[in-house]
Amino acid sequence: MKKGLLVGVLALGAAMMFGGCGKEYANGEVVVYNWGEYINEDVIEMFEEEYDIEVIYDEFTENEDMYPIINIGEVNYDVVCPSDYMINRMINEGLLAELNYDNIPNIKNIDPTYLKSAEEFDPGNKYAVPYCWGTVGILYNKTMVDEPITSWSAIFDEKYTGEILMIDSVRDGMGIALKYLGYSMNTAEESQLEEAKELLIAQRPFVQGYFVDEVRNKMIGEEAALGVIYSGEAIYTQRENADLEYVVPEEGSNVWIDGWVIPKNAKNKENAEKWINFMCREDIALMNFEEITYSTPNAAARELIEDADIKNSTIAFPDAVTLERCETFKYLGETEEVYLEKWNEMKATQN
Amino acid sequence: MNKREGRLAKQNKLRQLLLSSPYVLWSIGFIILPLVMVVYYGLTSRDGGGFTLENLKLIWEPTHRATLILSVQLSVISTILCLLIAYPLALALRSLRLKSNGFVILLFMLPMWMNFLLRTIAWQNILEKNGVINMLLSAVGLPKLNIINTPTAIVLGMVYDFLPFMIIPIYNVLSKIGDDVIQAAADLGANYFQILWRVILPLSKPGIVSGLTMVFVPSLTTFVISDILGGGNILLIGKVIEQKFKMANDWNAGCGLSLVLMVFIFICMAIVQKYDKDSEGTSVW
Repeated sequence: MKKGLLVGVLALGAAMMFGGCGKEYANGEVVVYNWGEYINEDVIEMFEEEYDIEVIYDEFTENEDMYPIINIGEVNYDVVCPSDYMINRMINEGLLAELNYDNIPNIKNIDPTYLKSAEEFDPGNKYAVPYCWGTVGILYNKTMVDEPITSWSAIFDEKYTGEILMIDSVRDGMGIALKYLGYSMNTAEESQLEEAKELLIAQRPFVQGYFVDEVRNKMIGEEAALGVIYSGEAIYTQRENADLEYVVPEEGSNVWIDGWVIPKNAKNKENAEKWINFMCREDIALMNFEEITYSTPNAAARELIEDADIKNSTIAFPDAVTLERCETFKYLGETEEVYLEKWNEMKATQN
Repeated sequence: MNKREGRLAKQNKLRQLLLSSPYVLWSIGFIILPLVMVVYYGLTSRDGGGFTLENLKLIWEPTHRATLILSVQLSVISTILCLLIAYPLALALRSLRLKSNGFVILLFMLPMWMNFLLRTIAWQNILEKNGVINMLLSAVGLPKLNIINTPTAIVLGMVYDFLPFMIIPIYNVLSKIGDDVIQAAADLGANYFQILWRVILPLSKPGIVSGLTMVFVPSLTTFVISDILGGGNILLIGKVIEQKFKMANDWNAGCGLSLVLMVFIFICMAIVQKYDKDSEGTSVW
């Protein structure tokens, strides 16, 4: 009863949003759960028309918001788009259904490099199809620094006191410190984590603040010289402020992949696979890329990009050498709490 | 006669039950039940679910203790600032003796009609390095202020957001103190400060107490203001609890810390109330 009501409300919302009020769909529905502002909305309508399937579209802001909802299973989502380490966790906890690739022929469009990267968290590519990907790096204002930035050392440099925007995310923040120290971003070694914490404590006096989404606007508004940011945001900031430059530091960084997965309790698995297949189609992937500017793993779509600057942008499509230095996050189980603990110890230090 | 009274009483009881039932249902569903769940999670262990006090003891971890102390410091400072601003203002408003005090109340309520998040984000833009205040300062050749992302900015945000909760109860109480009481005190030779200290202040205590509560509690538990104006620099206990739920996915620890915080608030309030009652005994009445 409760479930029916909730889905009903969602359906009503979707119906009002896309003006499909009262329309009958011959092939049922598909309930999609994606990140906010992470799709070109025209694509949803195109899917509805082509497949005669009603799309009930819902959004989340963080992996951690999405996880309990899928875990409790109160609402039956058919297709969800979590990040790498979360997919890893959901596989381990048996929350996902294996994909039937017979229904996803467009997988051929996905660059094998990314499928290989995805194997780090989804061995055999059994559960997830890459949707978007990117790196974490430094966005800097060329007029406010006196040398080209190439290393994480810049954000640990006293010289830039008050000019550094650090990322306010436990795994990313700790990961950067670990990478700078030459360790893995997925380490479980207590001593390495402790070292990373000490480094971050030493960095604290130089940092203007810890942010996630605000970095974009603050860098455009020249509030700081250096900021840690996701690559997908970097292209947008450069359009707004030509002095900004993005770099993946030489010590390496995090490369993340968000992928489509199907929860075990999905009611419309075949429709979900049709959705995933549709998302992999080159023209659709291109439409999405142009709207959200996050890198697409779709090789066929990249070929279709007309703007040569973007097609060959090292921000959107870093070269293989850069990527080789990067790691994806893995779900670390109990160790995740040690990361959080160290991060909070750093945050609670007044120096 | 007796029979009739009995029937009336019965009717009264029924009416009470009917009238209160919407709220009773509401409070069972949305106050008591969640509270029971918080207590249950807070007192059970994460694996297995046996009874434990471990979640409460978490507050003694240095990180958590430090964030609690900092939260208390900041919320006490902002509560006192609110009181210092609100009380004289309420006094001034009272002496204005406005015919329609609705207008005055409206002035304080008006900003509250806008979303609280929006107003806090506005403060961020005002205080920023290249924000409104610093633009004005540098326009007249003064050095820039560095307020954003410091505890000062958080206190400022708290005072701004919660000030109406202090003004309104104090103003309500003050406006109900009759002029005759004050005139009587003046007749008996009290000067203005004696009237203020020995008559008005004791009489307005209920307003002060409810103002203190309404400012202190949200200040102590906020994590939004510290996020927006503190730039992630200042970790408060509210944020730690949020992280326990969302990041660590450890509801038991989150509930345990919430319980400690609740007990802490109860104790603070009990002290204020007790002081209030004590002083009533020694007042002129």
